Amino acid sequence: MRELSLHLLDVVENAIEAGARHVALAIVEDLDADLLTMSVADDGRGMDPEALRRVRDPFFTTRITRHVGLGIPLLAAAAERCAGGLTIHSQPNGGTTVVARFRHSHIDRAPLGDLAGTLICILMRDDGLELSYRHTIVAHGAERAFEWSTTEIRDALGDLPLSTPVVREWLSGFVTEGETQLKEAQDAKTQVS
Amino acid sequence: MPKLKSLEELQRLRERAQQELSIRQQTTTKITVGMGTCGIAAGARETMQAILEELRKRNIDAHVATVGCIGMCSKEPLVDIEQAGEPRITYANVHPNMVPRLIEEHLVNGQVVDEWAFGRIPLDGIGSASQPGG
Repeated sequence: MRELSLHLLDVVENAIEAGARHVALAIVEDLDADLLTMSVADDGRGMDPEALRRVRDPFFTTRITRHVGLGIPLLAAAAERCAGGLTIHSQPNGGTTVVARFRHSHIDRAPLGDLAGTLICILMRDDGLELSYRHTIVAHGAERAFEWSTTEIRDALGDLPLSTPVVREWLSGFVTEGETQLKEAQDAKTQVS
Repeated sequence: MPKLKSLEELQRLRERAQQELSIRQQTTTKITVGMGTCGIAAGARETMQAILEELRKRNIDAHVATVGCIGMCSKEPLVDIEQAGEPRITYANVHPNMVPRLIEEHLVNGQVVDEWAFGRIPLDGIGSASQPGG
């Protein structure tokens, strides 16, 4: 996949398929340590040690609609190509946490890409999934973050679904603006140094 | 950066939307985009964004939702359009540049784009596909 944000969308889709009600998505760009970490933690049904062992195998999938599962093997390959790696913690009924690490400056590291687009696709699942999101950039010892959760958004909306067209427009603007501001702050900082 | 700085805006939005909700439910159109690994790799996220953009441009009210893999991976991106009283149409290999015509013909003019339609589910629920799935 051309962008890391597409991998993120894919891992979150796995979480939803695993029956997750809550997903915590975290991205940390630590420029001081030259490390990019993306993690997706869900409270879905989890995997037993056998499934966990086989999850990197492209010919393993839990689904019955097709016979290969490429999502995790693709992400593992992307991380390993960039002096990083993939770790997965999971236990039956205990949820799954997928953490992918990359050397931030690695020449082969795909860009994060359109995070706002990924977030909108997740939010439009609209099956009651609660998403917590935090994107952090650490540079020169200072930390900036764009952080929110659907819990606070739903509190403001009452029983109005996130997919209501006017709400969708608002969400789209909100995540796009949040990501843009975070990136601009980072760029400004990089130019100063 | 202030956290959820326009939360109040969201509350005003809620009031406005609730007033309009009864009208919306009568005229509801639902567009569904497949978002499994197969769909994502085939460009479903971009297709989804093209759909949202086109609806915004034309000021069309439609619900848009994403779903996981539905098992016809080679036909991704797959887009379903459901309208009250009409058969549900599945379009195959929908790329962003096809979206304006799809919205124009199907939603605005009420004409199914036959050359892109892969399957249709009539109101009685028995589906047909023009060719076997991949």
